[in-house]
Amino acid sequence: MNKIETGAELAPKTFNINRKLLVAYANASGDQNPIHQDETFAKSVGLPDVIAHGMLTMALAGKYLSDIAGSQSVIEFSAKFIKPVVVPADTDVSLVISGKVTDVVDGIAKIELLAMCDEIKVLGMAKGVIKLG
Amino acid sequence: MLNPDLVGRTFTSADSVTVTKEAIQKFAEVIGETNFDVAPPTFAISLTLEKSQSLLQESGLDWTRVVHGDQRFEIKRPIIAGDIFQCSSTIESARNMAGNEIVSVRSDLISASEVVVSTWSTLVVRA
Repeated sequence: MNKIETGAELAPKTFNINRKLLVAYANASGDQNPIHQDETFAKSVGLPDVIAHGMLTMALAGKYLSDIAGSQSVIEFSAKFIKPVVVPADTDVSLVISGKVTDVVDGIAKIELLAMCDEIKVLGMAKGVIKLG
Repeated sequence: MLNPDLVGRTFTSADSVTVTKEAIQKFAEVIGETNFDVAPPTFAISLTLEKSQSLLQESGLDWTRVVHGDQRFEIKRPIIAGDIFQCSSTIESARNMAGNEIVSVRSDLISASEVVVSTWSTLVVRA
């Protein structure tokens, strides 16, 4: 269990993203954009391959936040989608999320998140605010 | 090209949406969440996406060229099964940068006149 105090580095977690997960996320979220499922379509619009929903990457970063103090504790969450997560067929792509506590005041903690895929930062300015206890 | 007259206008859905336990569970399972009592932090997007998408399409945007630029959530309380929401969406700004159109949309999920979750999405329409 990480101790939540200013400056604390939170242990990284790895999430596997594959085509099956993209279909499951499309069905759960309602975002059926073919760039997240159809390789031919994705390439036809200039993408290198199928890419993950930015919101799936953010949902997994949200799970990382939830794991700190519960889903009910997250009161603010924001991120920029700076690089696509490319998901080739029959491949598990590793998304590694880590975090740092930047501030704790009156039981409210601010967390800065880092989301990396193959040494590439995929979320920018990813930040969460959680209620402790 | 977005009709500039629409910037600043708020569109509230006529129909409400009821959150089911199944919808929360389906979303939670994708990300490995085992607590289905409250919705995961980004669950709100599954309620607001369709509304903001149809609003922007009606406003003249080509959805097939849209890329998600950034996303923010403010969660007053967690969403739970049985919540009934109206979705209210406002196009907060639209500007052109290097030929790309950048549109910011705020969507509020409202239950009994109370805003439960606010979402802000910046969408980039590629030239």
